[in-house]
Amino acid sequence: MIPFHYARAADVADAVRMISADPSAKFIAGGTNLVDLMKDDVERPSRLIDISRLPLKAIESTADGGLRIGALVPNSDLAYHPLIEQRYPLIASAILAGASAQLRNMASTGGNLLQRTRCAYFYDTVTPCNKREPGSGCSAIGGINRIHAILGASEDCIATHPSDMCVALAALDARVRVTGPTGERTMAFNDFHRLPGNTPQTDTNLQPNEIVTAIELPALGFASNYSYLKIRDRLSYAFALVSIAAALELEGGTIKQARLALGGVAHKPWRNTAAEAALRGQRANAASFARAADLLLRDARGYEHNAFKIELARRGIIRTLTQAAQATPQSQSDKKIR
Amino acid sequence: MEPLFGEFGKGVREIQMAQHNTAQRSSDPIPPPDKIPISLGINGVETTLRVAPWTTLLDALRDHLELTGTKKGCDHGQCGACTVLVDGRRVNSCLTLAVMKDGAQVTTVEGLATKEALHPLQQAFIDHDAFQCGYCTPGQICSAAGLIAEGKAKSPDQIRELMSGNICRCGAYPNIVAAIQQAMGGKS
Repeated sequence: MIPFHYARAADVADAVRMISADPSAKFIAGGTNLVDLMKDDVERPSRLIDISRLPLKAIESTADGGLRIGALVPNSDLAYHPLIEQRYPLIASAILAGASAQLRNMASTGGNLLQRTRCAYFYDTVTPCNKREPGSGCSAIGGINRIHAILGASEDCIATHPSDMCVALAALDARVRVTGPTGERTMAFNDFHRLPGNTPQTDTNLQPNEIVTAIELPALGFASNYSYLKIRDRLSYAFALVSIAAALELEGGTIKQARLALGGVAHKPWRNTAAEAALRGQRANAASFARAADLLLRDARGYEHNAFKIELARRGIIRTLTQAAQATPQSQSDKKIR
Repeated sequence: MEPLFGEFGKGVREIQMAQHNTAQRSSDPIPPPDKIPISLGINGVETTLRVAPWTTLLDALRDHLELTGTKKGCDHGQCGACTVLVDGRRVNSCLTLAVMKDGAQVTTVEGLATKEALHPLQQAFIDHDAFQCGYCTPGQICSAAGLIAEGKAKSPDQIRELMSGNICRCGAYPNIVAAIQQAMGGKS
């Protein structure tokens, strides 16, 4: 780590003032990703602005029947909160599929959105990486790319977003509330993260002087028919090769509404509303699930080591939708996939 | 003497400048910030110390307070050897900046036993031979203490899953699970 200054923000407005005054500063909350990246010299902030004591730790019902989650709610508190367990169990399941109990105790909701890719070349400061060093090239495209993207990648970057929680939030149409120098705004979850294009150094559409203050959930939580399936190289404490969040609203055996999002396959949680629309009005069976999977993966592209992800994702989508339809969500402790 | 020393100094400056220009994330070079006074409750004892902003809780414990029971394994939050309890919750002390925990209560493996008796987890690890080299053990025991306090693990599967942040390269996992079951009051 390089030397840096440390300051504590007194309130949200103070935090925005401090970050606006020093473009090379960074916010720190849980620190699980940022401190790690600073140890590896990938992140080199001149100043850390400690936001961990700001009053953004509440989980509250909203007037429209939804839920507002403060940006500083620890991942573990969110996963085990009664309102999340009862009304948004897809989120609880996705969070518990990620990291370890210690890291979930530390990591914040807002920080989970802002974690950076786990691409090994991004971490390895002696190799080119357009995300770490714009214009230097992408080492993953012609390198070891087993864990990399199959959807929405570019010639400049094939990194993936590592979050599990964000896959569930994308599926559930969450919104991200942020505060900047001119006030508050909210973003649809799908607009928060971005594809790499030719500027992969920018992960999100959050402006450098903005702070995430809350996640907002709509009333519809798909608590009856959902599943989160994460496929990885070991059964726990590993990033996804492919993960799938599926949620259904059923009427008899017919799909009234479907949600489907993938993790581990793109620069952002991958959601394709055309695949969801194709499920609407269909019988909830393997044939309709396969059609949705094919539609979602139509433009998928494999690289030297990760082409297996396309078939893995296809089978995973069918399996996860089946689990959701049968109301037998994937357990995150008994790892048998049924 | 002079040219040699001068060249050396110039080289260092050039390296620093090169790093600075490459990174483009730092402002102009800054003098090292002053150490910051913090106060921590360490195993029940109020302790004040001065730390640099980049001192992790792990390094503060080991290097400033000579509490070397907490181990540095990977130093990247991947192994769990550094697990301690902060305000009763298990965390990776290697990814925790000490300055951010000013005012917190920290429990390390040194703080678990009483004068009279080992902590039930320590006794259970001995009873079940739940270690080989022992390097991961303080982290395993602190993590298990956090796990029991959380109250979410009811079955061996759930113990294994919720202890997955603690790696044991000797592979003592079956005995670790048995020890935790014993300490939880279940059958061993």
